[in-house]
Amino acid sequence: MGTCFSTLQFRASRCDGCGDCVIACAETKSAAGDLAHSRIRIMPAASGEGFELALCRQCADPICVMDCPSGALAKNGDTGVIDWAEEKCVDCLLCTAGCAYAGIVYEAEVGHVTKCDLCDGEPACVEACPHGALEYRTEAQIFNVFGDKEDLFCRGLAACHGCNSELLIRHTMRMVGPEAVVAAPPGCIPGMGTVGYNGQTGAKVPIFHSLLTNTATMLAGVKKQYDRVGRKVTAIALAGDGGTSDAGFQSVSGAAERNDPILFICVDNEGYMNTGMQSSGVTPYGSWTTTTPVGGHMHGKPTEAKNLPVIMTMHNCSYVATASTAFLEDYYKKLAKAIEVAQTGMAYLHVYAPCPTGWRFPSSMTTEVCRMQVRTNFIALWEYDPANGLRFTHPVENREPIGNYLKLIGKYRHLDEEQVAHIQRTVDDKIAYLQQLTQIAAARRAAQLGVTPTAPLA
Amino acid sequence: MHSKHLIVGSSHAALEAATAIRFLDAEGSVTLLTRDARLPYSPTILPYVVSGRSEPNNVILRDETWFRDNAINFVPHATVIAIDPSQSSLRLDSNETWTYERLLIATGAAPVLPPVDGLADFAFHVLRSMDDAIDLRAAIGAAKSAIVLGAGLIGMHAAENMAKAGIAVTVVELEKHVLSAYFEPRASRIIEDVFVRNGVRMLTGRTIVGVDGAGDRCLAALDDGRRIVADLLLVCVGAKPNVRFLDGSGIAINSGILVDDRMRTNLPNIWAAGDVAEAGSLWGGKVVNGILPNAVEQGRIAGLDMADDSALVPFPGAVPLNTYSFFGQQAVSVGRGEAGVDCEIAESVDDEKSVYRRIVFRDDQLVGIATINDFVDAGIMWQLIRRRVDLSAVKAAFVADPRTTGRQLMSQLWR
Repeated sequence: MGTCFSTLQFRASRCDGCGDCVIACAETKSAAGDLAHSRIRIMPAASGEGFELALCRQCADPICVMDCPSGALAKNGDTGVIDWAEEKCVDCLLCTAGCAYAGIVYEAEVGHVTKCDLCDGEPACVEACPHGALEYRTEAQIFNVFGDKEDLFCRGLAACHGCNSELLIRHTMRMVGPEAVVAAPPGCIPGMGTVGYNGQTGAKVPIFHSLLTNTATMLAGVKKQYDRVGRKVTAIALAGDGGTSDAGFQSVSGAAERNDPILFICVDNEGYMNTGMQSSGVTPYGSWTTTTPVGGHMHGKPTEAKNLPVIMTMHNCSYVATASTAFLEDYYKKLAKAIEVAQTGMAYLHVYAPCPTGWRFPSSMTTEVCRMQVRTNFIALWEYDPANGLRFTHPVENREPIGNYLKLIGKYRHLDEEQVAHIQRTVDDKIAYLQQLTQIAAARRAAQLGVTPTAPLA
Repeated sequence: MHSKHLIVGSSHAALEAATAIRFLDAEGSVTLLTRDARLPYSPTILPYVVSGRSEPNNVILRDETWFRDNAINFVPHATVIAIDPSQSSLRLDSNETWTYERLLIATGAAPVLPPVDGLADFAFHVLRSMDDAIDLRAAIGAAKSAIVLGAGLIGMHAAENMAKAGIAVTVVELEKHVLSAYFEPRASRIIEDVFVRNGVRMLTGRTIVGVDGAGDRCLAALDDGRRIVADLLLVCVGAKPNVRFLDGSGIAINSGILVDDRMRTNLPNIWAAGDVAEAGSLWGGKVVNGILPNAVEQGRIAGLDMADDSALVPFPGAVPLNTYSFFGQQAVSVGRGEAGVDCEIAESVDDEKSVYRRIVFRDDQLVGIATINDFVDAGIMWQLIRRRVDLSAVKAAFVADPRTTGRQLMSQLWR
């Protein structure tokens, strides 16, 4: 496996051209802070609206390096940065001919070419940006850590085009590792062929197809037997939302209340998607499904989704968290905690899985839909344990209007303005409720430390 | 000996081809044959070796580790003397024979030697290989005066470096102005003035008709009857593709080896790239475009095609392009400087400050831009020309500030 690199991301929609990044870069790269020394350049967009940037992209096939006659430029195999060696450079400027992005440029005031070096992994421009338009993305490091670990599913799983569940379970099991036993109740995950045979098809670890109703209980029993024979395994359930929130709920709830040492992952695609897109207990209000159709009488699901992950916190089991595959770093942190916790108590992860087939959106858009779920606060990313209470792991400032999310998805196409306004209210209410929970947790931590909480209870 | 992919040459085109082949073909054998004794280096670096700015051992483009890591076989001291396409084989001067499945000729160019009486009898210098550069560097140490015949990039670089070393330099150029391949007369004059101010004697529109090499000094007779004496003579009137070893091979050659837009020659399983190749120009016809970025691009395309890349983007056509630093000043030239009747020119010149800008449009598209001490992103200009971007909406802004407007267009069109 190769190496993946961290990278700078620019979000033009958030840039207001303030130039703080340019100043920060110039101050970092030169004693006098002369702007000519800045390696990041912001300019008004050609359209007249918004701003654009010129910056080295640290290309994987860098033409500047190929065009350098002196060996002064080289792609660093460890950091991914195109390194420039001043002592080798002969100022021929041929690199500037190779770069189509103005990523390496000459300034007379500087006297040689300059380019971004990502500040050894702590870019000053990102720190300086007051609008979050620049981000330093480190998710690629996940690949470096887990890319060489064995994929514990065989090739040829038959998930629908664009489904993120296959991605999710392959990632998950790489971290869990081979000392595992998997329960997979009826749903998309067994449906795509994960319950295989002899390590030649499906999973390469022991996997069993539980009933919709007994997954958590059966898994807890299997785990108990492994414990009895003295073999340490992670007992993990890969269940859908139907198998968790509806028919499966009594066994999940019981296992959580007993704090059975299992890791239960609910992959939530908001309904029974592999059996014909029927509504489940977590299908959101307004959704079109085959059991909540759109017609003269009904306009999608008339009732609200139950907030299953919050319900799970009410069981006081060892660990509960929500996650999105658009925020894999966040997911990996939570998964690591959950794996550890699951040796002694129940860990519950609720991961959102937008379904291109059942929700009616293009299969290329899954990750964008995941991202927009978070940006609009349609889902919130948080974690909970009984000692510390609930805590946001990715708080969203300036949430986008819910319409930006709903318009991506066909199952909401019929919604009228009033329904959209209703969904916006419930989304805001849900976040307000979670905020209350985080403040209770903060107040409790503060009380333990003997200080007054600073966050207002608004 | 046999190699699935056999490459003759070891500079930019050859190296990029080898890299591209390895990218797609992890198993097939790849071999570079070079007559040079050294690890790969760029001919472009040689003037800097002459000046002492670069050490010969510090400018290699790939080291042994790279060849080992990529399982590419590097064979120095291997001069190819003949190719037999019917047998898919070639012969070295050592009489060793190599066979191949696919062959790339990337042998670059050799100095042109003008027909000057007496030249052959004098130990003049050329500058095309590392050994040439090391020889010239040694000669400079002992010389007090020098003649540079030919004011192309190599000649001008060498003249500058010798002048900086305290040598009295005379540049003799047949054309009316220097660097005529890249710059229009007005720009050339600015560059010439800088040289003159730095003590270089510039004789343009002149050539040497005879050399008397009796003794260890060069006595050169100019075509106007003047005679100049110098300790050292550097001949750099141009370069011609290294193709002589292909005589009788059946490979089609004009000035260089004729190739299509995938760098294929007229014979199956033989490619050519870089300074030895004559490929399509962006404006039609075929040209030898002997510049480094061109060699890189052609080498890469040849390598990808040799490794059967089904998604290969063919060569869009050569564009003249260069960046040139002289006495701490910078010149950039991309595309065509000369303008036909259907062209529109925007020129601004400040002779005092040695600042120059000339932009040539045709049908509201950029076809050429040249600047001195007015840096523009050559890579962006190259793309604007190649993509034939319609500039009608932004022309005034582009003329006023090509650098910022170019970056805006980049951001909008191919970011």
